[in-house]
This record gives sequence, structure tokens and C-alpha cells, in this order.
Amino acid sequence: MSFIKEFSGKYPEHTHKNDPKAEELLSTAKFDARFQMCNQDKACWQNYVDYFRCIKKKGEDYEPCNWFKKQYQALCPGFWTERWDEQREAGAFPAKI
Amino acid sequence: MSYWCQMYFQNGVTFTSMRVQWAFGMYCVVLMLIFVFVMFSVLLCCSGSHQFIYMLTDHNLERIWGTVPLLILVFLSWPSMGLLYVLSELETPLVTVKCIGHQWYWEYEYTDFAVVSYNSYMVPEDELKLGEPRLLTVDKSMVLPFSVWCRILTTSFDVVHSWTVPAFGVKSDAVPGRLSESSVKVEMPGVFWGQCSEICGALHSFMPIRVEVVSAELFSKWLWILQSSVWEG
Repeated sequence: MSFIKEFSGKYPEHTHKNDPKAEELLSTAKFDARFQMCNQDKACWQNYVDYFRCIKKKGEDYEPCNWFKKQYQALCPGFWTERWDEQREAGAFPAKI
Repeated sequence: MSYWCQMYFQNGVTFTSMRVQWAFGMYCVVLMLIFVFVMFSVLLCCSGSHQFIYMLTDHNLERIWGTVPLLILVFLSWPSMGLLYVLSELETPLVTVKCIGHQWYWEYEYTDFAVVSYNSYMVPEDELKLGEPRLLTVDKSMVLPFSVWCRILTTSFDVVHSWTVPAFGVKSDAVPGRLSESSVKVEMPGVFWGQCSEICGALHSFMPIRVEVVSAELFSKWLWILQSSVWEG
């Protein structure tokens, strides 16, 4: 039976799970079903845009907007967000916020 | 890491790399069996001891030597198809690391709690300490926790690089303008090495990767120290 499981790529249950102690200490951006492919640049972009749209509409103190902030901060490289911040300040950002 | 006269893969420390190596081993066994069978058949035909001058057609034989290779191919594709989906699977990650390729060093960013990034340069040969491997030693390693799903995002600041760690079974191209995602769950602590795997200029061979895998507690302490002070190595 174990050969068949091995052969068909089915793994024991524990291999899928994180270390329980680590779950108390660490967290990061969650899986986003809108962006399932290997290339996550759209996920980074969309969460960045969604965050600034959210705070513009609801205000900076609106807590649920921080979901988008956590997502884009985890996914986006620093030099991408720095460039987009400069574009927003210059009024040259290529999306409507 | 690799050793002199190595003929096979490095030991896999993630379940995906172990399964890939298992599938490769199985394919080698099938390949050898087919090779031996074909060589035996060729020698048999060349020996002249068997003659089939009275056989004109044999539909059953043709059915057999048409369907048996088909079944062999289906047998070979079964683990491969499973692995194809499993390799791109990302369970609930707890850590995201961005590996940004530069000419000619790697930059690692950990931004889950605060924005922390540092560069990892190869140590030149004349500055190596005794026992440190040449062309692999770096001044600052990347750190990951073990038994934890980690999301590795690779991109590049300039030209195309490739972030590779053979022991993890990961080779992810760092393409400018693209953010390639790989998932890694390292099952044992240790130090693992890799090198840039896409030609990127004069010093392409001199931008190695060193990953230290530690416990989750040590990793979170290290991250806290990193974000609360500037890391001077």
C-alpha cells in the first residue's frame, strides 16, 4: 500500500502541516485564490492598489484595510513599492486610486 | 552540498525533492530494463540462431508491441503528473522571503513584521577562513525555519538570475518585472548551498546562496534582532 501511495504522489498527513510551535510565532501573507499561478506580480500589484483605495475610501484608521497592507508588504519587493510610492506622490501612478 | 566525484543528486531535505529523486530513480530502473531487453533482442537477431522466414504477418504480435510501450509510458507519466501539481502546491505559509538578484549578489527581504533586507556577497578567496568552501561562502546567509512552509519569491533588479538550492529541489528564475513563487518546507536543520543558475554577466559564478535552516523559535528571535538593529554580520 505504501508503494501505491508513494507512486501516486500522496503524502502522509503530517508532511502538509506546519510545526505547531511555529504557528504561534510566525505569520505571513495568506494564499489568494485570485492569483493561483507561479507569477505573483499581479497579486502584489492588486493588494497595493486595494490598500490605498481602501484607506482613501474608509480612512487610515479602518482596521480591515490592514489586510491588504500585510499582503502587499509580504509579497512586494521593496524597490517596487518605493517606485510606486514616488509615482503616487508625483501624481503619475498608473491606476485610479 | 556537492562533493568531489558526485554522480547523483544531493540528499533531498524537503519532501518534494525526496519524491522527485524517488521518481528519477524509478525511471532509471525502467530505462535500464528497456535497454537490457533491447540489447538482448539485438544480439539475438545478430546471432543468426533464430529465423522467421515463414512469418509474413502477425497481428497479435503487432498489437502487443504497440500497446506495451503505451502502457509503459502511462506507468511513467503517473508519478510525474502527481509531482507536477505537488511541486507548485503551497500550503499555509508562515514565512515569505524575497530573493532579489542583483549583479552580482543576492538581496534577501523579510517583510512579514517589519521591512528588513540585507545583501549577501560571496567571500573572496583571500578572505576565506580555514574550512570554508571556495566560491560558496557568503558574508550573510539566508535563514529559514524548518518544518514550516516558506514562500520564496524571486525577482531581479537588473538581468535574469536563478535562485537554486539543489537540496531543496528548488530552481526559480529571477526575472525582472516578474515575481516567481516557490514553496519550500525543509524537514531538517542544517546549512544548504546553491549557486546562481542563469548566466548574468562576468561574475555569474561568484554569487552563491547559503541557507541556514534553524528552529522556528531561533528564527523568530533572529528576525526580531534583525529588525530592531542593523545587522553588521
